[in-house]
Parts: sequence; C-alpha cells; structure tokens
Amino acid sequence: MTLSKILRNAFLVITACLVLSACATKKTVVDVGGQMQGDVYVGSDTVEYLASGVPDRVFFATNESVLTTRSRDTLRKQATWLRKNSDITVVLEGHADERGTREYNLALGERRANAAKDYLMTYGVSASRISVISYGKERPVDSGSNPLAWSKNRRSVTVKAN
Amino acid sequence: MNLLRILVILLFFQFKAYALIEVDITRGNLNPLPIAVSPLSSDKDSLADFEKILKKKDLGSEISVIVENNLKHTGLFNPLAKDAFLQKPEIAHLKPRFEDWALIKSQALITGKVEIVDEKLRVEFRLWDVLAAKEMLALAFTTVPTNWRRVGHIITDKVYERLTGEKGYFDTRIIYVSEEGPKTKRIKKLAIMDQDGYNLKYLTLGNELVLTPRFNPTNQMVTYLSYFRNLPRVYLLDIETGEQEVVGDFPGMTFAPRFSPDGKKIIMSFAMDGNSDIYTMDLENRVVERITNHPSIDTSPSYSPDGKYIAFNSDRSKFQQIYVMKSDGSNVKRISFGKGLYGTPAWSPRGDLIAFTKLHKGKFYIGVMRTDGSGERLLTENFYQEAPSWSPNGRVLIFYRETKTDEKGEGFTAKLWSIDLTGYNERQVLTKTDASDPSWSSLLSN
Repeated sequence: MTLSKILRNAFLVITACLVLSACATKKTVVDVGGQMQGDVYVGSDTVEYLASGVPDRVFFATNESVLTTRSRDTLRKQATWLRKNSDITVVLEGHADERGTREYNLALGERRANAAKDYLMTYGVSASRISVISYGKERPVDSGSNPLAWSKNRRSVTVKAN
Repeated sequence: MNLLRILVILLFFQFKAYALIEVDITRGNLNPLPIAVSPLSSDKDSLADFEKILKKKDLGSEISVIVENNLKHTGLFNPLAKDAFLQKPEIAHLKPRFEDWALIKSQALITGKVEIVDEKLRVEFRLWDVLAAKEMLALAFTTVPTNWRRVGHIITDKVYERLTGEKGYFDTRIIYVSEEGPKTKRIKKLAIMDQDGYNLKYLTLGNELVLTPRFNPTNQMVTYLSYFRNLPRVYLLDIETGEQEVVGDFPGMTFAPRFSPDGKKIIMSFAMDGNSDIYTMDLENRVVERITNHPSIDTSPSYSPDGKYIAFNSDRSKFQQIYVMKSDGSNVKRISFGKGLYGTPAWSPRGDLIAFTKLHKGKFYIGVMRTDGSGERLLTENFYQEAPSWSPNGRVLIFYRETKTDEKGEGFTAKLWSIDLTGYNERQVLTKTDASDPSWSSLLSN
C-alpha cells in the first residue's frame, strides 16, 4: 500500500466520521410534528384553559426556568384575566421531568413556578393572590419516557385556588 | 541439615493449620467461601414453647436459613445445601467431626442452640474453621422471643465481623417510600423493613405525598418530606411512638433533610422566591442556622462522619455539580469535574468516599469518588437510578432504579437495588410494592 493510498483511506474514514457525527447531532432534534421548539413543548395536548383564550400552563427547556416568548405571552393573558377577576387567587404548581434527581427537581419546580409568579407580578397581579408549590417530578402529566413526554412535564401550571 | 528441613516443614504445616480463614471484602469476590450453617438445635421443651409463643415448629432451622440468606447475599459466602450435612446439629455444636464437614467442601461451619429460658430466647452459637479444626468464635445472648429474626441477623453480623475483620450490616433496617398506582398519580407511603425485607410496616397511610425518609444514625428517629395539607415541609418522626412534628417554622418548602452524624441536627434545603439554600436546625434548642447563601439551587446536603464538612449539590456553575464546604458554610469547593451532571452526594460512614448519582449522555450512574473529587469510579449504569445510601459499614450502597415506559406510557416500575463498593454483587432488594428513596439504618445492636 502506497502512502498516498493510506492517506486517501484515512481521508475516507475521516469523511465518514464527519457524516456520521453530523447525523448524530441531527438526531438529537426530535421530530415530533412541530410540538417542540428546541426542547420546549409548544403543542396543546395537556393544556387546559382558565378562561377562553387563557392557557393554564407554560413550558420550560431541560434544567431551565427561563420563560420563553410563548410562555410570557401566556402569562400576560393570565395576568389580564386575573386583573379582571380580582377575587380569584391562584396556586402556581412547578414541575420537572423525570430525568433529574428528586431533590434537585423539587428546587427546580419551585424556581419555575417563581419565574411565572414574578412575571404575573410584573403585569400587575398582587403577590398576595399567588402562592407557589413545587411537585418536582412527582406529578407528571404524561407517563411516557421520551423527549416529548418530558417536555410536557417541565411546566408551571396556574390553578385557581378559590 | 535434615533436622532443619524437618523443622521448616513442621513450622510450615503448623502455620497452614493455624491460618484461620479470612475473607477479603476489598475486592469483588469470585470464589465465595463455602460455609455450612447447621440448624440451631433445641430441646423438646423449647420446641413446645416455640410452638406456643411464636407458632413456629422449628425455630432453630428458620434462624439458620436467615443466616444463610444473609451470607449468600453478601456475595462473599457460599452456604452449602443442608441435605449434604452428615452430623446432627446438637452433636455438631458440641464437637464437630471436621472430616465430615471437610468432605462436603465446607471451610467454615456455624453451629448453635436456641431455647426458651425464663420466657426469654437464649441463643448460643459457634463458628468453626473446618480445615484448621478450630473454634473461631463462641457467643451466647438472650432476647425476647419476638426478636427471633434479629437473632439470625446478629449471628450473621458476628460471623461476618470475625471472618472479614469489619462490622456487619445485617441487624439493620431500611426505610423507604412504597409506591403504588399509575405514574401520573403515584400513592406514596413511608415503609420500613428489616434489611432482608421481612417485618414490613407502613408508617403513613398514603393520604399525602411523602418523600426522602432518612434515619437518625444514633436512634430510631426519621426525618422526611411530607406534603401534609399541601405544604411540603420536613418532618421529624419517632418510629417507636409514631409522634411527629414539623421541623422549624419556615415560610416555604423545606426538603432534602438529613441528620448530622451525632443525630442532634437536621440539615435541609429551604426554598424561597425561586432560590434554595441549605439550613440546619438544632433539635435541642431549635436554633436555625443558614449555611449557604447563593442565588443558585443548593440542595442534597450530607455531612462527613466527623461532622466537620458538608457535601451538597449546586448549580452555581450553571449545571448540577457536587461541592464540599466546612460545616459552617465556609470554604466551598467544587469537587466533581467529570463529564455530565452530578448530584445526591452521600458521605461514606468510613469518611473516605462520597457516593453520588451522575447523569451523562442520557444514562444515570451510581458512583463513588474521594472527598476531594479524585478517583471517580462508576459502579452501575442504567436508564434511571439515583440516591445511594450507605450500609453502616460503608461496604454496600442501596439506591432506587426506575424503568423506561413503553410507547403507551406503560410498564413503569421503581425498585430498590444494592451494589457492593467493589462494583460487584448488584442485586434487587425485594419489596412488596414498588419502592424508592431507601435509607439504611445503623446497626440496631452492637
């Protein structure tokens, strides 16, 4: 085998590796019929409504508590509805998916619910009307063990308390 | 010259003959020690008493089975089938015919006697080195008859200690969370059982969510998280009296509780306004101390056995990692630097290692590292597993493992598993229902 042949083979191997790794990265973006953006759930499967046009929940990326544009939109609708119905108090229930340790997930659920609470307060809902509880990974809505199910479970749900 | 040679040979043989058996527990043991556990013998009156008091026909035989199962589950011993035994239990206990026991390839022999004396259970047992034809250990003790299963565990502890040089972990209990029902609506109860799965008792009814029970290392108190009245708070429970109380007066969720090694404090996380920090409460004077003060999530604290340090996990570096600090909260140092996320540190009762859960590329691992983070060793990999808890001698870890559900979301299970520090001897710890969050007690007797 000449040196150039060896080099050519090596080149082929390298190209093959590149192709394979490209496939591997592509695979991590799961195609779930447009129900996820990145790994944040954007579908409507489990969503309930506090009032017409007011979704009850917002979704989060893995290990995140940052509100997406869509989540902020949902929470502004909730804030508008809450300002109109000033006798209503709510509980924000924070949740995590099953892919994290139990105790960390309790803290993460609390952080997510508080991110939602802060946003509602920014839009004029008094803190005294909002309480927060974290369920960590204890109360999934989807029992699946796949990225779509996990994305539905990473959520903060606004529940009427009275 | 000849004489010298003979002397050397004699010495050598003598040395061989007196080399009492030892079992090395620092490595995975691929050649478990063959051991014969003779049924404990009893006189006629005692047999009648067992029947009357405990509704047991042959207590001595049942106790020997407890010892056998304990020994077998360590992976270090190979208890031999009883039908091959040639000598009667009562005679073997007085003076074993070592040739008979060597013939069935047994290297160690346990014999004993159990009887009722003054309404108490009186037990004696002996451990023999078959090849050396020597007694290695002889002990007698009395207890109340209802403790008969513990008799088997105490015998195992003494035998294990004599043969391995380290304390056993058999006269112990496991507290855990029993789980039933669909994954989206799990019913969870506190459950307690002997280390071998017997004497199961439920401590709560399942009306509220309960999580993460942990034993006080010095007594029969337990701390855990309960969602009683939808207020997730750390509770303290006396498992003897059933009395319980909320720990501290926090205006938000408290969670991830553990006792200090002296049993006098509870360390836990308190979550407020989206931030979780670590606090302690002294159980005597009720003084609450804040240990960490950082906008990240700080949780899963675990004291070193000397009480001087605390390991915990925090996402202050963006992702969950393990940190160690002095017990006053100073000198915080990150110790986990491998690939992936690290959580649930559990400081070994021997002090030299920290067990942890690691998440890397979608797989969960149970592993151990030195307290400075060096020498990381992964013991087991799976779809989901976490929360290792140490046996009191620091040789075995118990943890829980969950299974993946199928396309329909069915087939979820949660089970307890144990594995030796060596990475060998991985086995399921059988529970009546699904189970999670196990915590291992200290030895009940010493």
